[in-house]
Amino acid sequence: MAEINIRKVGKTYGKTTIMDGVSLDIHNGEFVVILGPSGCGKSTLLRMIAGLEEITSGDIAIGGKVVNALEPRERGCAMVFQNYALYPHMSVAENIGYALKVSGMPKAERLAKIEVTAKSVGLTEFLDRKPGQLSGGQRQRVAMARAIIREPKVFLFDEPLSNLDAKLRVQMRHEIRRIHNTVGATSVFVTHDQHEGMTLADRLVIMNKGTIEQIGTPEEIYDRPASIYVAGFIGSPAMNFLPGRIGPDQNRVVLDDGQSLDLSGAARAGAGQLVQIGLRPEKLTFAPAERAMLKARFDFAEELGSGRVYHLKLEDIPLSLTSPEKRPMIEGEVVGLTFAPDAVHIFDGTSGLRLATTRQTAQVSAMA
Amino acid sequence: MIERTPLLNILSHVILLSGLLVILFPIWLAFVAATHTLQAVNSAPIELLPGDQFWINVKAAWQESDFGPKFVNTLIVSVGVVVGKITLACITAFSLVFFNYRGRMLIFWLIFITLMLPLEVRIVPTYAVAANALQPFQVLLDVTGLTSLITWLSGIEIALEWNLLNSYTGLILPLVATATGTFLYRQFFLTIPDELVEAARMDGAGPLRFLWDVLIPLSKTNIAALATIMFVYAWNQYLWPLLVITDRANYGMVVVQLSDLVPDALTTGGGTPNWHYAMAGTLIVMLPPIAIVIFMQRWFVRGLINTDK
Repeated sequence: MAEINIRKVGKTYGKTTIMDGVSLDIHNGEFVVILGPSGCGKSTLLRMIAGLEEITSGDIAIGGKVVNALEPRERGCAMVFQNYALYPHMSVAENIGYALKVSGMPKAERLAKIEVTAKSVGLTEFLDRKPGQLSGGQRQRVAMARAIIREPKVFLFDEPLSNLDAKLRVQMRHEIRRIHNTVGATSVFVTHDQHEGMTLADRLVIMNKGTIEQIGTPEEIYDRPASIYVAGFIGSPAMNFLPGRIGPDQNRVVLDDGQSLDLSGAARAGAGQLVQIGLRPEKLTFAPAERAMLKARFDFAEELGSGRVYHLKLEDIPLSLTSPEKRPMIEGEVVGLTFAPDAVHIFDGTSGLRLATTRQTAQVSAMA
Repeated sequence: MIERTPLLNILSHVILLSGLLVILFPIWLAFVAATHTLQAVNSAPIELLPGDQFWINVKAAWQESDFGPKFVNTLIVSVGVVVGKITLACITAFSLVFFNYRGRMLIFWLIFITLMLPLEVRIVPTYAVAANALQPFQVLLDVTGLTSLITWLSGIEIALEWNLLNSYTGLILPLVATATGTFLYRQFFLTIPDELVEAARMDGAGPLRFLWDVLIPLSKTNIAALATIMFVYAWNQYLWPLLVITDRANYGMVVVQLSDLVPDALTTGGGTPNWHYAMAGTLIVMLPPIAIVIFMQRWFVRGLINTDK
């Protein structure tokens, strides 16, 4: 049980800066998922918490104690690795109990604990096997059991599910969440898979190029992305972006192709400011021409079974729309689109940051 | 690759079998020679079928060469070389692969270069060092002027000496100090995934614990391979023991003894060569390395091709 405080942490290799001034507070017992594309520094951050990577600048504190100079074993963290990292020559039982053996726990006590832990992850029948004789999912369970048995203050997961097939991944995801709920330790989970992030996290941390873009609950991040980067990263299919310019009366946005959108005074932006309008594919609906807020050309559709992803084009800008409705369409056909006014996200055209809309500001102040 | 080529199959088997024959024939000849009397061995057409003198010849060769104590000596030296080599190679490679320090690559290359300098090439300097193992330090002291300084200050003259001639240490150490094992181990350690090292660190195992609990069990096949190679290498040593051991009665090694059985002008004084004894001795000396190779073969092959992971 411990909170983790990351204060202005930076990492440089020689002259290249990998990470710069990252600050993050993780509460006791919280499940935090660090999400980002490969190379964004998320694994490095996790490894710095674990003590496997040196911290160039800043501090990391676990349970209120700065751990910068501590060895991994002194930090009270357990880690689950992407490739499981099981000891190939040891049996499952020996793998699970190795940390206890190193710490000098008597054999009888150790065996009893191995038994209990193995049972909790459903490995009882496999205790005598070698890792090489197990399937991917079972190996992952051994890796988890090895972490659980130490009763750590902090669980660290480094993309633990990326080597599993899709079905197993969902299953293990539930398992990890269940273990987190029963054990109650603080968990930090690194992944590049947004579904894992959204489903597992109490709070999500979106990283990009060694900095944190946004921290928030999955819902906050989905509904109110702080930047174009976050908006485009979270959500599948990705959010549509339409470049435009705020009209003279500040109530309308004039898109590059000449169409204009009514914002009903939603944007807090000066007239003439360059903006990007973000619209989630699932918030767009087809509309008859007279009610249409936007017009686009149909390009092609992807079948999902439960619905379809319609790919449209607004001039040269690709636009997608998901809908359970299956309508026949011809390539090049002009269709009308509509959306709820509060489905619009407005981002600054140059900085990419979210421009707070008056309506949403009102909501926030009402909540506060 | 699966191919249906019966002709090619037969051909390749013929090639293999003829290779085997080429290797086995001399051994067969040695065996046959060891089973005949002196007259029969030295008669004009070579005998190709064994006679009945085998045990008599073996016994004579054994006694003449004093093989009993020499086998013990050679065994001590071979085992010493094997143990020393494996320990040294393992620790050196462990340091080179898993620790990051200045000059690591330089040290590796220095070790690697010794692969190109076998004992035979550097036999004179090695002998000089064996004659006085502290010679290099003496030279250092002399060159830096420390010797004369100390003599001038205290009147004591420093003369370091540690003679390794006529000792097991002298026989073993130069054979241990080669790069083959270090290189083999390094290549194996490089295949150990980083995550495994990190998992051990997370589990709280320090470097030595990791070496003992993870690396050594994982490198069992490498140890077997290296042990086999080094045992045969040490057992077959001829030049080095010949040089460094003058006290043959106490420290003689079998291969050197064997050479005395092989007839030449020196040993027989120009008389009739005792080929039957020489061949019997050869067979005896051959046995331990063959036994080791056969016994270790399974692990040995796996260690060299490195698939057991």
